[in-house]
Amino acid sequence: MTDAATLFGLCAAVLVGLGLYGFIVNPQPLRKIIAFNVIGNGVFVLFGAVAHRGGALGWGGDPVPQALLITGLVVAFCASALAVTLLLRLAEEAESVTLAPDVPAPAEPATDARDA
Amino acid sequence: MIETLNAGLALLILALAVWTIVARDTFAAVVGFVAYGMLLTLVWVQLHGVDVALIEGAIGGGLTGAMLVRAAARLRRTEAAARAEHPAVLTRMAAVLVAGSASAALAVAVLTLPDPAPTLAPETATNLAATGMGNPLTGVLLAFRAMDTLLEAIVVLFALIGVWSLAPDRVWGGRPGPRHHADPDGILAYLARVLPPIGLVVGVYIFWIGADLPGGKFQGASIIAAMWLLAVMAGLSDAPPVSRTWLRLALIGGPVVFIAIGTAGISAAGAFLAYPDGLAKPLIKAIEWALMPSLALTLALLLAGVPERPAR
Repeated sequence: MTDAATLFGLCAAVLVGLGLYGFIVNPQPLRKIIAFNVIGNGVFVLFGAVAHRGGALGWGGDPVPQALLITGLVVAFCASALAVTLLLRLAEEAESVTLAPDVPAPAEPATDARDA
Repeated sequence: MIETLNAGLALLILALAVWTIVARDTFAAVVGFVAYGMLLTLVWVQLHGVDVALIEGAIGGGLTGAMLVRAAARLRRTEAAARAEHPAVLTRMAAVLVAGSASAALAVAVLTLPDPAPTLAPETATNLAATGMGNPLTGVLLAFRAMDTLLEAIVVLFALIGVWSLAPDRVWGGRPGPRHHADPDGILAYLARVLPPIGLVVGVYIFWIGADLPGGKFQGASIIAAMWLLAVMAGLSDAPPVSRTWLRLALIGGPVVFIAIGTAGISAAGAFLAYPDGLAKPLIKAIEWALMPSLALTLALLLAGVPERPAR
C-alpha cells in the first residue's frame, strides 16, 4: 500500500492535468476560472504532500510549506474573486462573455457611456 | 483500513473534478466544485495539515463556492450562446496531449521525491520558543515568514480595490451587490438568524486558539465573513456604501498596524519585521488582533462585489 503523501501527490498530478484540459477546452470564461482553480488545487495538494513528507519531531508535516499554503489559498481566492468580478462586469456591459475572436462587438455601449 | 479510505477519497475527488470540467451546465459544474472543495478538506486532514484544512473548508469550499454559485446564476443568460461554441477537434487533442504530459511529469516527480525528504521542521522547532507560539504555523506566518503574511494582507486589500474600481460611474462609492430580499419566514431567514451567533463564536474561537492549536486569523476571519454574508443574503443586513470613511479605516487598520510594528522593528531589533527579545508574543498578538477584523471585512466585501446601488 502506498502512503498518503504518494497517493494524494499522484491525485494532485491528475488534478493539474484535468484542470489544464478544462482551461484549454471550455469556451466559457467562468468555466476557465473554475478549471484554473482545479489546477491551483492540484498544485496546493502536491505541495501539501511534499510538506507531509517533511514531517518530523511529532509534527505531521513541515510547518513552513504548510504556512505558505495558507497564504497561497487566500491569495488564490482573491485572484478568483477579482476574475469573477471582471467577468460579471463584462456580462453586464457587453451582454455576452464569449472569448471567441470572430463575434461582432455590440453595436451600442450598453450603459454608462453618458456618465463617463 | 485508512489506506482504503484514502484511495476512495482520492477517487471521489477525481470523479468530482472530472464532473466539474465536463458537465454541460455551468451551475451543475459549480455544485460539483463546491462538493469537491469540501472533500479536499479531508485530504488536508490526511496530510496532517489541519490548519490548511480549516482554510480550505472556509475559503476554498465556502467563500469560493458562494462566489461561483452567484456568478453562474448571473451568467445564466449567456449560457446558450457559450454552449454553441465548440473547440476544434485539433484543439481538444492538443489539450489532451498537454494535460496528459503535465500530469505524467508531475506523477514522475511525485514518485521520485528525495528520501529522506528535506524539511525545515527541526529549525522551526528550535526557534519556535523565541516567538512564544505553540502552533508552529502561527510562528512561521508571523515571525519567520512575516513578510509573506504582510504582503498577503496587502494583496487581499489590492484585490478589493480592484473589485471596487470596476464600479460604473453612476454608483461610484455606492453599496455593493443588490439589496437581497428573502421570505422572512423562510429557511434562509431562519438560518440567517440562528447561525451567525454560533458562527461568530466558532470564528472567534478558531482565531483565539490559533496561537497554540490549529486555527488562526485567516480561518476565523473567513468564518465571520461568511456569517455576515449570510445575513446580507437573507436581507437582514445590508452592505455599507464603500465610500464610508469608517469602512476604509477599518480595512487598512490591520495592514497599517502590521507595517507600524514591522517598521518599529528596524530600530528596536535591527531589521524590518523583527521583534525585540521577549516582546515577540505580545507583538504577534497585537498584529493578529489588528489584522483579523480587517481581513474579515475585506473577504466579505470581496464577495459582496462591485458597488451596484448609489450610496444615499
